[in-house]
Amino acid sequence: MKVGLFIPCYIDQFYPQVGIATYQLLEKLGVKADFPRQQTCCGQPMANTGCEQDAKPVYRHFVDTFRGYDYVVAPSGSCVYHVRKHYDVVEQTAQVQHVRQATYDLFDFITSVLGVTELPGRFPHQVGLHLSCHGQRGLHQANESEMTPVREGQLSRLLRTVDGLTLTELNRNDECCGFGGTFCITEEAVSARMGQDRVQDHVLNGTEVLTGGDMSCLMHLEGIVRRRQLPMRVMHAAEIFNAALQQPSKPVSTFVPGAVAAL
Amino acid sequence: MSHPLRAAAFTSDAERTTWHDETLWFVRQKRDKAVYGIPEFQQLRQLASDIKEHTLSRLDEYLEQFEQNARANGVQVHWAADAEEHNRIVLDLIRKAGATSLVKSKSMLTEECHLNPYLVNNGIAVVDTDLGERIVQLREEAPSHLVLPAIHLKKEDVGETFHQHLGTPKGEKDPQALTEAARLHLREKFLIGEVAITGVNFAVAETGAVVVCTNEGNADLGVNLARVHIACMGLEKLIPRTADLGVFTRLLARSATGQPVTTYTSHFARPAAGREMHIVIVDNGRTRQLGRPDFRASLKCIRCGACMNTCPVYRRSGGHSYDFTVPGPIGAILSPNIDMRQHSSLPFASTLCGSCTDVCPVKIDIHAQLYKWRQIIAQEGELPAAKKLGMKLLSSVLARPGIYRLGGKIAREGLRFLPHGLTHAQALNPWAKARELPEAPKQSFRDWYAQQAVKQ
Repeated sequence: MKVGLFIPCYIDQFYPQVGIATYQLLEKLGVKADFPRQQTCCGQPMANTGCEQDAKPVYRHFVDTFRGYDYVVAPSGSCVYHVRKHYDVVEQTAQVQHVRQATYDLFDFITSVLGVTELPGRFPHQVGLHLSCHGQRGLHQANESEMTPVREGQLSRLLRTVDGLTLTELNRNDECCGFGGTFCITEEAVSARMGQDRVQDHVLNGTEVLTGGDMSCLMHLEGIVRRRQLPMRVMHAAEIFNAALQQPSKPVSTFVPGAVAAL
Repeated sequence: MSHPLRAAAFTSDAERTTWHDETLWFVRQKRDKAVYGIPEFQQLRQLASDIKEHTLSRLDEYLEQFEQNARANGVQVHWAADAEEHNRIVLDLIRKAGATSLVKSKSMLTEECHLNPYLVNNGIAVVDTDLGERIVQLREEAPSHLVLPAIHLKKEDVGETFHQHLGTPKGEKDPQALTEAARLHLREKFLIGEVAITGVNFAVAETGAVVVCTNEGNADLGVNLARVHIACMGLEKLIPRTADLGVFTRLLARSATGQPVTTYTSHFARPAAGREMHIVIVDNGRTRQLGRPDFRASLKCIRCGACMNTCPVYRRSGGHSYDFTVPGPIGAILSPNIDMRQHSSLPFASTLCGSCTDVCPVKIDIHAQLYKWRQIIAQEGELPAAKKLGMKLLSSVLARPGIYRLGGKIAREGLRFLPHGLTHAQALNPWAKARELPEAPKQSFRDWYAQQAVKQ
């Protein structure tokens, strides 16, 4: 199984520890991922601003970079959603179609492809999970409150298996954080207010470590946490699992090499 | 003025923003409770969507069938291509009736056509009889929400308005007392109303009847006391059969307010003896929208307002920040069809979180349409110049790995070594008004990865 690691541009530059945790976590789960050096970005910033035409060269570059891999894995549901959903505006060659299907969010990959249902290890903290809208509503990685009262999803399930970890019960389980790409600049006032309200929900309900599967939401929320000097750490969920697995209490029994779900 | 500026003005009152957000979130939660209680709710949504799509696919046939049946019922049917023609038709009907005043129940179409100012300018006294609508009418404001037109106001605001216009005691803010004052005031207006205007929630093609849903019963009072009833409807309000109606009434009230059904679901099929009933069918840009494959589904909208209640941006920017008759996510996909330049900032007033699409009872892909409008607005050259240039620049960097690496390094180093006051200067960097920038690391991920490869 040839896995290409896609580390989104802003993670590469500003949150290398998230890329490292992703790489090491995959390694601990028996997957040696490759990081093709010519990668840049998925093109979402331009496209969400209305400049899909300008993004097309970036789409082609992405496909060229990753076409040789069985799977492309990224620690960001938003970028993955963009590749899967919005790469429909370039010619649908076999390569484009393959890359669109083969691109996975890290936790979707761990859950659906590797078949891992629990991650041993210890992380004795109260963790607040921020659901990314693109992961949740776009990629259906978690239930939506618009549809059902049951709060369940890939990431919350995995987090609950970690020893010592308790999940925060939020007042609003899946409200958007307000990042929204260039929205965070062009609609600064509303964006900031949305982020402040999300953070406040975590403060009120006792979150010590704020986490999620999408670093872009977390970058925005971290910006608010640090500005307000709140006693809360912000970590990508890959960092939590990677840290928890430093001293695994039991082997990762659920992963059977070769038992890979067919696409 | 664009949405961000109006939204910033709204959020500058932090306390009021909290109150507005929580009030509408409460409505969203009521909706959730009602929805969770119906196991077949998702099937109902699909059915409603299918019925609407079917109706839109043969709208011409259903419109003609509707007109024919309505005429057979003794109803006079009028066609208006746009808002001006709609207003002219209504004024003519009022003049023919020899009337100088009218009572109106809630109708977003007449808001869209700006009927009130037109009639007032022509010497007709107009009284909105929906409580919320009456409040905003007295304040000379536009509704800020589809089903909760005065939701931007607190009871203190209403008390002050009623004190000024209806003579309630200064400082009166008890909702029951204020409502009672409005009842007495409106009762007088109903009794002297010569002409009653209503909106239309559903128009049934097979019967020629129109259905109006209200919680206050004001449509019934108005129509039953007036000599002339004028029902104004957009041409997308059709459903094929009476049998289809139940699908929509079950969805409408649950999605709007969490009620199982509106208090009144009034069917108007024919005029009473000696009276007149008119239906004005209005296009006003709807056939243009029907002709846009990417956006025609927006015509399925049944005006429940659920997308507003759920929208985290709407809840924190208020309905008036959209400066369009229909605010919120649905307004942001309807408005560019009317005037793309004027409303070009609305499709960007969203994080594309997709909650609007998930609550929509007729499954309009609202956030996908927002994304598509953005593309068109950019192509038509309606993006602000800085945004346009910035995106071109970004694209040229991101398609070239070498330049990207260099740019990333410069950004990181800049952030590490430039003074905080400069990188976080609020005049230059809107991000920094409320947020810290990430702490820039020495090394990018790719640098780390390259080092690992060397070590191995």
